Amino acid sequence: MKTTLVAVIGAGPAGLAAAVEVARAGGQVTIIDENAKPGGQLFKQIHKFFGSREHMAGVRGFHIGEQLLAEIKKLNVEVLLDSPVYALFPDKTVGYIHHKKEVCLHAEKIIIASGASENALAFPGSTLPGVMGAGAAQTLINVNRVLPGKKILMIGSGNVGLIVSYQLMQAGADVLALIEAAPQIGGYGVHAAKIRRAGVPIHVSHTVKRVIGDDQVESVEIVELDSQWQPVASSEKILAVDTVCIAVGLTPLTELAWLMGCEFAYVPSLGGHVPKHDLNMETTVPGVFIAGDISGVEEASTAMEEGRLAGTACAEALGLFDREKARELKTIIWERMNALRTGPFGEGRRKAKDQLIGLSMGGHA
Amino acid sequence: MRVAKHPILGDDKRERDACIVVDGNKVSAITGEPIAAALLAAGIRKFRVTPRFGNARGLFCGIGRCTDCVMTVDGQPNVRTCVTPVKDGMIVETQRGLGKWADEP
Repeated sequence: MKTTLVAVIGAGPAGLAAAVEVARAGGQVTIIDENAKPGGQLFKQIHKFFGSREHMAGVRGFHIGEQLLAEIKKLNVEVLLDSPVYALFPDKTVGYIHHKKEVCLHAEKIIIASGASENALAFPGSTLPGVMGAGAAQTLINVNRVLPGKKILMIGSGNVGLIVSYQLMQAGADVLALIEAAPQIGGYGVHAAKIRRAGVPIHVSHTVKRVIGDDQVESVEIVELDSQWQPVASSEKILAVDTVCIAVGLTPLTELAWLMGCEFAYVPSLGGHVPKHDLNMETTVPGVFIAGDISGVEEASTAMEEGRLAGTACAEALGLFDREKARELKTIIWERMNALRTGPFGEGRRKAKDQLIGLSMGGHA
Repeated sequence: MRVAKHPILGDDKRERDACIVVDGNKVSAITGEPIAAALLAAGIRKFRVTPRFGNARGLFCGIGRCTDCVMTVDGQPNVRTCVTPVKDGMIVETQRGLGKWADEP
């Protein structure tokens, strides 16, 4: 059987960062990803990141991806692509499929960095061609350089909805409006301001009533909501759009952690059911670590820090660092991570993560 | 429609080096891009119809999870077009229901 020291599942920001740390410590590491190219969702992020210089603030997401891949290459990390993982076995064997053949890889430690998937929203017409996830539209325009449509309605005003709206305009589409069911905008003011400066209305307390069309989106009917989230009579409006993008949050992709028998906690603000983990990102199954959106939906910057933490902890557990050196490295990562989890949005995430870690370490919620 | 010019990504200099056949019609494409991208670039949005009611479906999640975008490719049904790269000469067909293998009666 093929063997490795550390298997990292997922070549997104968390997985790549984790692999870099293990490799830097001198450990053999194998990254496995189902996609044809590594980088996860980093290469569709063409905006500049926030944070401080250590967080690569001001650097565009796809440039961060290029830097990570260059490091991976320099460190001779094995990256298995086009290899969906279908199983994890209790003895830490990873089962994956490559070129229609099953392959088994045995590892001493496993880091699951599988990411998250976009939430759907059900309404009449939601299955018509032309209704799609905002992330799907973002991949189309920024990676594949294809417009999903010409006239867009964006549902959801979180950062994904705001950023993708702006990027759709950069790609040449016309965004007719953003709607948000809540009475206030969900994402950063700086992103919302950009949208508004471009002349796109953001309708808060509005939802979609139905999408109209035979074989594809031809128009959409939106409706205002009152303070009880009920439709306001006669407030319907028809918008002539050909595309409806849905940006209503993400859910961690946790199947592999469930398969491993990890204990879970339900934390709605982190996206739902998430594996319990300690300060080393280790789950309740010894030797199985998690990093990135699987451990609670956040941002690429925190995903990379969690990856570094999991990678460093793995290296420590394998005896590649002594305890003192590991503590020093992990303290630095935690300081950077906590700096990212500040401000009106970060604070809530930090509380939720503290709660999750508390639960995992035997505390009460 | 393709995004030929972009304020941050610059001009798209990739050549349309592949040709795929979609329901009998030739569609120019780029080797390695997802089949779904080539179809949307050509203005094709309806990828399949559902088994019972014949409702249209197209790209939804774009990451290979939802399977709404499956089509019959080179005689193999249920191929996720959002994560399957284009190869020159591919035969792509709108899938009806659960689809059929090429050698299925």
